[in-house]
Amino acid sequence: MTLDDLDVVDRRLINRLQDGLPLVERPYVAVAEELDITEGDLLYRLERLREGGVLSRFGPMYHAERLGGGLTLAALAVPEVDFDRVTETVNAFPEVAHNYRREHELNMWFVLATETPEAIDAAIADIESATGLPVYNMPKEEEFHVRLHLPV
Amino acid sequence: MSVSTCRSRMPPNQDDSPRSVQGLDAADRAIVLATQAGLPLVPEPWEAVGREVGMSGEEVLSRMQQMQARGVIRRVAAVPNHYRLGYVANGMTVWNVDDTQVTWLGREVARIEGVSHCYRRPRHLPHWPYNLFAMLHGHSFGEVEHQAEAIRELLGEACRDYRILYSSRILKKTGLRLAGARPSAASAEPERRG
Repeated sequence: MTLDDLDVVDRRLINRLQDGLPLVERPYVAVAEELDITEGDLLYRLERLREGGVLSRFGPMYHAERLGGGLTLAALAVPEVDFDRVTETVNAFPEVAHNYRREHELNMWFVLATETPEAIDAAIADIESATGLPVYNMPKEEEFHVRLHLPV
Repeated sequence: MSVSTCRSRMPPNQDDSPRSVQGLDAADRAIVLATQAGLPLVPEPWEAVGREVGMSGEEVLSRMQQMQARGVIRRVAAVPNHYRLGYVANGMTVWNVDDTQVTWLGREVARIEGVSHCYRRPRHLPHWPYNLFAMLHGHSFGEVEHQAEAIRELLGEACRDYRILYSSRILKKTGLRLAGARPSAASAEPERRG
């Protein structure tokens, strides 16, 4: 499913729901009324967008630290010949929430999310021993803005 | 694009919000576990979650409202796949900014259009001199470079050097899985830049 498969209502729905669902008794009815569609139509479209991969997910976005967990961004400089093997090794860690290839000497960038802040160090040590590569740990020291909004 | 150039302005005096850990009780935790993969797409989602965790829909809703008020839930929202929405250029821009100015400049960078996330992070000298990170998203690499140019202008002489690291492949994207959930690793979703 790509951008070309989206009609104007899909686009309005995507834009609207990036801002957040109201936490009310019948939240989908509330948004459907705003968009002048039925709740059934909204749910059908939303499911299709999620199944089709236009939406990575739909649901609560939890603040990891306020949940009491640990969170950090980390990077590896992976030799090109080992890239697939290291990807598999790193991705197998449940603590790895996101992992991206980026074009730089530090070519693998991943987010680690753990149950407790203390567990970050252990996860990093485990990844270092599993990959044989040093992990560059870059925890946030100050947060200035977190608000992804991609209008379509 | 709106760009605020405020090099001459004094650093604003803002307090950072406290980063305190918010205590979650067992019921909150059960709701987190039941919803972190997503909210059910049914007319009565709170009731659906409630059936899973053994409480009423009313209680689920009330607890989620409280978690949102405390900032434990940022919001309940759709998370788009950047590439599928035509945002093929996703650049992590990294900046080597004077330590004495990075806090107020970071706040200004965060206000530039196109910046979704902005953080100060530690340097790893000598290999990694960058201490300010700003994520940019565009329909083309030119658009992202234009956004980066606006940041460079804003930072002025406080910035010694910067780079744009484009993501060329999503290797894994499961979202945060906390509170005891240990799903098997999701398969990689290859998304190559166009």
